[in-house]
Amino acid sequence: MARKSSKDRVSNEVNAGSMADIAFLLLIFFLVTTTMDQDKGVLVRLPPWSDEKPESERLASRRVLSVLVNSNDELLVRGEMADINALRSRTKEFIMNPNKRDDMPKEPKDAIISLMNDRGTHYAKYLAVYNELKAAYNELYDEEAQRRYGKPFEKLSKSKQKLIKKIIPLVLSEAESTNYGEEDK
Amino acid sequence: MAKFEKKRGKTSPAISTASLPDIIFMLLFFFMTVTVMRNSTLKVDVNIPEATELTKLEKKSLVNFVFIGKPMKQYQAVRGTSPQLQLGDKFSSISEIPVFLEKHRAKVPEKQRSMIISSLKIDSKVTMGIVSDVKDQLRKSEQLKVNYSAKARAGDKYK
Repeated sequence: MARKSSKDRVSNEVNAGSMADIAFLLLIFFLVTTTMDQDKGVLVRLPPWSDEKPESERLASRRVLSVLVNSNDELLVRGEMADINALRSRTKEFIMNPNKRDDMPKEPKDAIISLMNDRGTHYAKYLAVYNELKAAYNELYDEEAQRRYGKPFEKLSKSKQKLIKKIIPLVLSEAESTNYGEEDK
Repeated sequence: MAKFEKKRGKTSPAISTASLPDIIFMLLFFFMTVTVMRNSTLKVDVNIPEATELTKLEKKSLVNFVFIGKPMKQYQAVRGTSPQLQLGDKFSSISEIPVFLEKHRAKVPEKQRSMIISSLKIDSKVTMGIVSDVKDQLRKSEQLKVNYSAKARAGDKYK
């Protein structure tokens, strides 16, 4: 009897000394495999595929702001050379048309941005231009939110955000890219 | 006074390590929850451009990755130096995109399939030719939600 009880006492405790080692091993494994950087990027909704080509005469109307980026990464806005730093304010002016000009859309929801690039355009430039166009819309959303609700756009509820996006819908059409400057390396 | 000094000298100051496993476990759980397994090894050089209008990608399981860039040095002998497409962990041609997307779609519950985002990790020096081709292929396969991967540019969100 006495022997048995002493046996019990011994097996009562599991040796937890190696627990730390096991935990360390796992810890190091996860430390190594962890990537902390969050994936971020410019979110884009591509237009659905259709076999018909977009009408080209549409591009001439007052509703369209055509933005071209050629193979030398030069910017052409409505047929004139433009600077990328001015693109954002220019796009905003185009969409809102504060001076009621004839060559700009009557209402923000009529505005269409047409972005066209060459196959030789560098991706960095393309994304920079896209970023500016998106920034213009985001700034307009913010201004509209401030005007209507006195709050920045991000702080509004989902339904109010939708409402503002309905007033100023982001319409960005991307025409098929031209092919003048692609290098065949 | 004398009594105190004597005691201090005798006892060995052993620090209890009993709570060490707990601390380590805590760290372990932290890293387990934040870990994202890298499932594809890069075979192309991708140096993503900078932008300001960024959106975070929330659910990793709903994202598939498309890489475009120059092949890395060790593959250049076979693959050349012109930009290549990488899907999963191998070089692919553009015609393989639909199959790649379908494979990913099959893993996602049906309700969430409309929320799948393709993350395009494209090197900033790549020309738009291959990018347009990939974009067209994505549109044809009805994968319209696309995220151009980019780093945050230093400076204000709104200038």
